[in-house]
Amino acid sequence: MQSYDIVVIGGGPAGLAAAAEAKKAGVDSILILERDHELGGILNQCIHNGFGLHTFKEELTGPEYAQRFMDEVFKLNIEYKLNTMVMDITDTKVVTAMNKTDGMFQIQAKAVILAMGCRERPRGALNIPGYRPAGIFSAGTAQRLVNIEGYMPGREVVILGSGDIGLIMARRMTLEGAKVKVVAELMPYSGGLKRNIVQCLDDYGIPLKLSHTVVDIEGKERVEGITIAEVGPDMKPIPGTEEHYSCDTLLLSVGLLPENELSKTAGVELSGITSGPIVNDSLETSVEGIFACGNVLHVHDLVDFVSQEAANAGRNAAKYVKEGSKPATKEIKINAVDGVRYTVPVTVRPNEMDDTVTVRFRVGAVYKNSAVAMYFGDEQVLKRKKQIMAPGEMEEVVIKKEELAKHPDISDITIKIEQA
Amino acid sequence: MIYDCIIIGAGVSGSATARELSKYDLNVCVLEKGEDVCSGTSKANSAIVHAGFDAAEGSLMAKLNVEGNEMMGQLAEDLDIPFERNGSLVVCIHESEKGGLQDLYNRGVANGVKDLRIVEREELHQMEPNLAEAACAALYAPTGGIICPFMLNIAMAENANVNGVDFFFNTEAEDLHRDEDGIWHIRTNNGEYKTRTVVNAAGVYSDVFHNMVADKKIHITPRRGDYCLLDKEMGSFAKHTIFPQPTKMGKGILVSPTIHGNLIVGPTAVDIEDKEATATTADGINDLIEKAGMHVDNLPVRRKVITSFAGLRAHEDNHEFVIGELKEAPGFVDCAGIESPGLTSSPAIGEMVADIVAGILKPSKKANWDGKRKGILNPSGMSIEERNELIKKNPAYGQIICRCESISEGEILDAIHRPLGARSLDGVKRRTRAGMGRCQAGFCSPRVMEIINRELGIPVEKITKSGGKSVIAPELSKNRKGGEL
Amino acid sequence: METRKLTCIGCPMGCQLTVTIDNGTVVEVTGNTCKRGDDYARKEVTNPTRIVTSTVPVKGGRIAMVSCKTKNDIPKDKIFDCMKAIEGVEVTAPIHIGDVIVKDVCGTGVDVIATKEVLSA
Repeated sequence: MQSYDIVVIGGGPAGLAAAAEAKKAGVDSILILERDHELGGILNQCIHNGFGLHTFKEELTGPEYAQRFMDEVFKLNIEYKLNTMVMDITDTKVVTAMNKTDGMFQIQAKAVILAMGCRERPRGALNIPGYRPAGIFSAGTAQRLVNIEGYMPGREVVILGSGDIGLIMARRMTLEGAKVKVVAELMPYSGGLKRNIVQCLDDYGIPLKLSHTVVDIEGKERVEGITIAEVGPDMKPIPGTEEHYSCDTLLLSVGLLPENELSKTAGVELSGITSGPIVNDSLETSVEGIFACGNVLHVHDLVDFVSQEAANAGRNAAKYVKEGSKPATKEIKINAVDGVRYTVPVTVRPNEMDDTVTVRFRVGAVYKNSAVAMYFGDEQVLKRKKQIMAPGEMEEVVIKKEELAKHPDISDITIKIEQA
Repeated sequence: MIYDCIIIGAGVSGSATARELSKYDLNVCVLEKGEDVCSGTSKANSAIVHAGFDAAEGSLMAKLNVEGNEMMGQLAEDLDIPFERNGSLVVCIHESEKGGLQDLYNRGVANGVKDLRIVEREELHQMEPNLAEAACAALYAPTGGIICPFMLNIAMAENANVNGVDFFFNTEAEDLHRDEDGIWHIRTNNGEYKTRTVVNAAGVYSDVFHNMVADKKIHITPRRGDYCLLDKEMGSFAKHTIFPQPTKMGKGILVSPTIHGNLIVGPTAVDIEDKEATATTADGINDLIEKAGMHVDNLPVRRKVITSFAGLRAHEDNHEFVIGELKEAPGFVDCAGIESPGLTSSPAIGEMVADIVAGILKPSKKANWDGKRKGILNPSGMSIEERNELIKKNPAYGQIICRCESISEGEILDAIHRPLGARSLDGVKRRTRAGMGRCQAGFCSPRVMEIINRELGIPVEKITKSGGKSVIAPELSKNRKGGEL
Repeated sequence: METRKLTCIGCPMGCQLTVTIDNGTVVEVTGNTCKRGDDYARKEVTNPTRIVTSTVPVKGGRIAMVSCKTKNDIPKDKIFDCMKAIEGVEVTAPIHIGDVIVKDVCGTGVDVIATKEVLSA
């Protein structure tokens, strides 16, 4: 069996940043396994601009952002294999993978970094009634068809869900000559960025209907029409509010799910809320030596934060490889309550943690003129006023080691939303 | 040319009949209006091999069910398709209705179902820990099983084809009549076909063909059933096929593992008139979830569903299979009203219909008939060494195309290039399971399209989901149009 | 005097801005909660611009299409003209990020450039 110090599963933005940082932290033996025919992951199909404002202070397209990290990986001479599907990971960090040239092979890794990203919720998971014709696509699949393969999924489009990919595809399809008739959003707010609503919908006069959902799909062979209806506070369609649109395409942008099938084979414990691994401040999962970062851990809003988080995972994996396992002397749980849906990480180790640890989270509803509060035990250590918080955007707080050290007896940390 | 026999419909009944007839020295063809076999009723059902205690004592349905069930093991082996006798349980949730189980038991025994017994509460809950607390007894039928309806249908058709039966797809029979010489003329959208005998295996349309020639008319009601298919995570929720006690509308909403490790819940039963109306409804799905919940606890349908679909059962007014040659139309053989347990009965139906046709034509048997078929190689059970051997011989087995079901390019190539090979996304899906997993083809469809394009030379913008107008991506993007392809 | 309603894109607040314009000059911006809203509104009503991104086919490359963008933002009302100008353009591999695909698109003074590396097949 071959062996590597670190095997990175996935060569998208998270995997690339993690590998580069691990190498810079002094680990030489690193292998990235990527299932597609090129590195860069989903960024390759995100040809729109708006990436990298935080990281590079300039506005890049997805492929350009990916190239910056690929160039770094090339420069650092990090090994990678393309067209390679990882089939299994054990809790002892044996990675089984397969491709056409190497066949099926196994690698013993000292540390594994999970960076498999996420996938889209399909139509099937929504129980939308109606026929099952061609012409129903998740927005990302349509994005791949248009941007990578150069094919148009259709000419007259209805979009369900106002996630960013759906909004971006509304504009893209319009520029390609399609007519996007409406974007329906189940929630009373959009999960997408304001900028995307303005520049992808308003610019082209595409209506956004909040609190609406698809109640019927017509067309036996190919989509011929879509009926949407308003939903009440119980999320159920209100009879009599149905509106019919003739169209040949339905795009779905109804949520992303971290893709943790492999994590499960390794016995990694997952969060019921994020569907991603439960990690401590070093982004280590419940299985020693297996780290996670990027959208496989929790779905991010901006790729810049993916890169930051992944670099962190890379550095910690390198530290683990070089220093070996050291059981935490103490571990403090972070409670996510009162509007905070979850936190990443879920625990911090006050003695082993870095000087600062960034805790990222999302809120469960739109909060105006509220505050993010953090408590060490019962003591409030932070209250930051925020004019607006929305489920579509990640929030963060920073835990300082120094400050935590002043509270040696606490057993938990709480992060919540309070009145300003 | 004049065929000896033309079968209308390439569903399980038609395909089983075709395979049985391929044993004889006969020119046989199958006319199918869909672009593939298994395009109608056969593709959307519970995927259950019923034990045979439901059908009325003495009915043809009861006889063929029990016979079909008995034949299934050997047939699955010959055709190299997965089949498992997981056993079925008809669960009683009201003490007052336990008598109904005894009635079912008695009927089953009379029908010739083997090894039936009634299990009481304690044993029952040990057998199925997720049953509702109210479950107080059940009829247990160890011979009940689960199978993949696509694979059974496809395998029978493939084997028939290898043994000389022609299949014409996208060919819809529109009208038929018998001329003075006793030859049947079948008008289709692709011209006229002539034959000495006709088998009417047209599913929900079998009444249409029957009524064109018969004195005594029949009426088929499409009885729609909505289903939910749950993620493989839920595959171990139930070991057996769990039925409620039957009602007039059928066997009720079952909860069962599938042969591929998912969990299936369904069907509802709604009588409709439109023979094409396979749309699911919100009411149907709600009904399904509610009713399934009466027999099992904590079934997370909404959270774990990966797809929902609806099928149409070809319900004949007398709830009986209509099989036989029509006196007033010599050479016209009905195979109509084939609803549940049609899938289970199909091997026996095929045999019976073929016997009738052979009785008319008196053909001799082929010397070189080969009833064995090698299925699409499924490498998932192989050791690493075996896989590597395979990939060395054919590197396509090293490239995974469908991530959810771990289906390799090699399997997809096999599905495309074997007899009656796949030409559409659904064709590939039903043969290999690529696209049947939890992401429902979001990941693999562009990749499968690329393979279909390369292997069959079908332009990408012409590739369909399931034939006809079901084109996936009907146009090139603006700029691509300007460039070379 | 005319007024225009805009949604601010500065943050998730999405303030509903009202801009009062007199003879092409912004007189007043209301509805904003911070300076960014004011800046955005003034720019958006006097000189709205966007970056346009698309793809063009590549000859002899490892992939069929290469992504591209306007190097800087162009006037919003030139978006469809820009798409039209890109239509029919074809490039030959190898292509590097920054390679000019259409020079001075629609007289904007802005080039359309490649945003992806495409090696020769």
